[in-house]
Amino acid sequence: MTEGVKVVSATVPARQGTAAEARPRNTAAERGSRSPKRKLRAPADKRKNLEILFFVTPALLLIAMFMLVPIIQAVRFSVYNWKGFGPLVDFVGLQNYVRVLQNEVFTDALVHNLVIIAGSIIIQLPLGLAIALLLNRKMKIQGLLRTIIFVPYVLSEVIAGVVWFQLLQPQYGLIDTVLAKLGIQGPAQGWLGTPDLALWTVLIVLTWKYLGLAVILFLAGLQGVPDELYEAAQIDGASWWQIQRKITIPLLGPTLRTWGFLSMVGSLQLFDMVWILTGGGPANSTTTMATFLVSEGTKRQNFGVASAASVILFIVALILAVSYQQFILKRDTQPDTSRKRKKVRR
Amino acid sequence: MELGKRGLGILALLASTALLASGCSGGGGTNDAAAAGEDKTITWWHNSNNGEGKAYYEKVADDFEAAHEGVTVEVSAMQHEDMLTKLDAAFQSGDAPDVYMERGGGELAGHVEAGLTRDLSELATDEISMIGGNIAGWQVDGKTYALPYSVGLAGFWYNKALFKEAGISNPPQTMDEWMDAVKKLKAAGIDPVSVGAGDKWPAAHYWYYSVLRECSQDVLNASVKNLEFDDQCFVKAGEDVKKVIDAEPFNPGFLSTPAQSGPTSASGLLATERVAMELAGHWEPGIMQGLTEDGKGLGDDTGWFPFPTIDGGAGAQDAQLGGGDAWGVSQDAPDEAVDFVKYLLSDSVQQGFAKLDMGLPTNPAANDSVADPALASLLKARDESPYVQLYFDTAFGASIGGAMNDEIALLFAGQSSPADIVAKSQDAANMEK
Repeated sequence: MTEGVKVVSATVPARQGTAAEARPRNTAAERGSRSPKRKLRAPADKRKNLEILFFVTPALLLIAMFMLVPIIQAVRFSVYNWKGFGPLVDFVGLQNYVRVLQNEVFTDALVHNLVIIAGSIIIQLPLGLAIALLLNRKMKIQGLLRTIIFVPYVLSEVIAGVVWFQLLQPQYGLIDTVLAKLGIQGPAQGWLGTPDLALWTVLIVLTWKYLGLAVILFLAGLQGVPDELYEAAQIDGASWWQIQRKITIPLLGPTLRTWGFLSMVGSLQLFDMVWILTGGGPANSTTTMATFLVSEGTKRQNFGVASAASVILFIVALILAVSYQQFILKRDTQPDTSRKRKKVRR
Repeated sequence: MELGKRGLGILALLASTALLASGCSGGGGTNDAAAAGEDKTITWWHNSNNGEGKAYYEKVADDFEAAHEGVTVEVSAMQHEDMLTKLDAAFQSGDAPDVYMERGGGELAGHVEAGLTRDLSELATDEISMIGGNIAGWQVDGKTYALPYSVGLAGFWYNKALFKEAGISNPPQTMDEWMDAVKKLKAAGIDPVSVGAGDKWPAAHYWYYSVLRECSQDVLNASVKNLEFDDQCFVKAGEDVKKVIDAEPFNPGFLSTPAQSGPTSASGLLATERVAMELAGHWEPGIMQGLTEDGKGLGDDTGWFPFPTIDGGAGAQDAQLGGGDAWGVSQDAPDEAVDFVKYLLSDSVQQGFAKLDMGLPTNPAANDSVADPALASLLKARDESPYVQLYFDTAFGASIGGAMNDEIALLFAGQSSPADIVAKSQDAANMEK
């Protein structure tokens, strides 16, 4: 471990070195443009502000229309008892929130979301890393293997879901048929129909679907590891295994952490795959917060309750995202943001 | 150059604003024109979106246009689920079609309360008396808000050949006989019953029917009206269903089986002869035809029998559970839309409708036109029954119905009890009061 840390700290100056090289060039260019600007400062600033206004307004309008307005509407609906049509009259305060938080189906759904977040990271991280390291070696069928791993990710979630749904059918599905030929009896209610197995089955399908993204991201991260480090390590007599452990993986850190963030956000919003494979069943064993709010909202027309659930989902996602930023991503983003800030100041 | 850039910026801004603005107003345009009422356009949404049914409805609309000068009927044929989603959205935005499908019960009551649908009580008196008892599901506080054009029943669809193979000569009439049939089918190595408990409502139909057998009509009517489930008969019904589940008659994997989508759905299993029977609605033959390669479903082996009687039940043993579709007229539709709905229920339109097996007509003049023998036996059961109870998830509305169905599905999974079904339904009902 200590050795590993040493290697990391040894690489940090190297990284700063490249950044330092780039920096003087920037400042020189900016300095050059600085003096003539100063004369025209007031009108130039005004013009610049106008320009910013012109170019940013359409984007802001779109964000307002498709993000802010729906969020505000959801908050508004969440304090009414509303069936989805007619005027908003039946004000109920925070009652919908109480209803959601006291609903076992919702709290279970929250737990399922957390299980899927943890499960995806615990399964996909080592697996994705192993595959990425393997595929990073020069091989004859490298391209083919990369494609095979990545295809599930490109596939539409709905199509993949329907295919797996058919494969996992009890008794008549391909998986049970193959198992039966091997003399193994699949679960009587099927993989998706047994409450204790359904969530794990969904997790396996999700792993199959999203492993490709992890592998591609990790492979891209691996391209960013400078060859000199490998060469130096090889000269020092490090084995392939040592090189992976002490150079590749630590340097892959930022990529891994970013992937972890994407994976977490994706797991929180999980809807389509669950909806197709199980619809949240059997016996609510695979509901996620997203399936809960869809079935409460569009299926049962309890739009107030569904809106409250969506606000809660928003808050949960916000808390998780901010704390991930704060505690895990900070190492990666901190130097970047401070560098950016400096640039803007100049 | 600088000016050019800025000009471009303004242009882009204007263009995008214009795009947004046009996007916002696009939906409202047609309705305003219809409300202005100069050219009398009736928008009509229906769910016969393929084959003969679609062509038939186009012809019906053309005939109406020919008979009414200056009236245009804009027909939109949609897939059923799509149509329901779009209808919900249309009602939310206040942009509903003039003539649309109304399923009755709690959903209709909600539309009425929000003032979205037109009272037809005075406008269609002849049609209302013609339809008779079948119209009850579309009445709120004694007023009629939509005219049902097809009312069907749920019952057991079965495979005659497989019943014969298991040595069952007559379809079961009592619950004991039904249990006996299940035993015989199992002994013959046939999976007896398929149920799409993954979609919940097919499982819920067992509870609905048991309630119908255990509770008197007065209790049911009071329950729907007051949203109370305090009568013990509701718990008894749950116990009946539990007995059925404990006999393990259902297809493997029934907890995640969908109702009627795909060959491994409950309907698919019956259509492909992998189970002997299924409790399903009157639409089943059509679904089965769509799920078999030859497009025939079970063909001549298709049989139908009503839900068995339950000994000692306080309810009517020959009452039926069903539901149907009605034509509703939205509040700001032109008056011609009401005439159009009346025309849709006329003898000739309903006869053509029945001939194409598009549903079970409510106009008695069309009864003889029902060609399919299984559907004809269903029609007979409907007209002989003392009353047809609307599916509970429709009668009580989506919110209570959803909670009810959820808990019934949990009973099927062994994670709930008869008392829980009543308690959870009551909880949801209390929110509606």
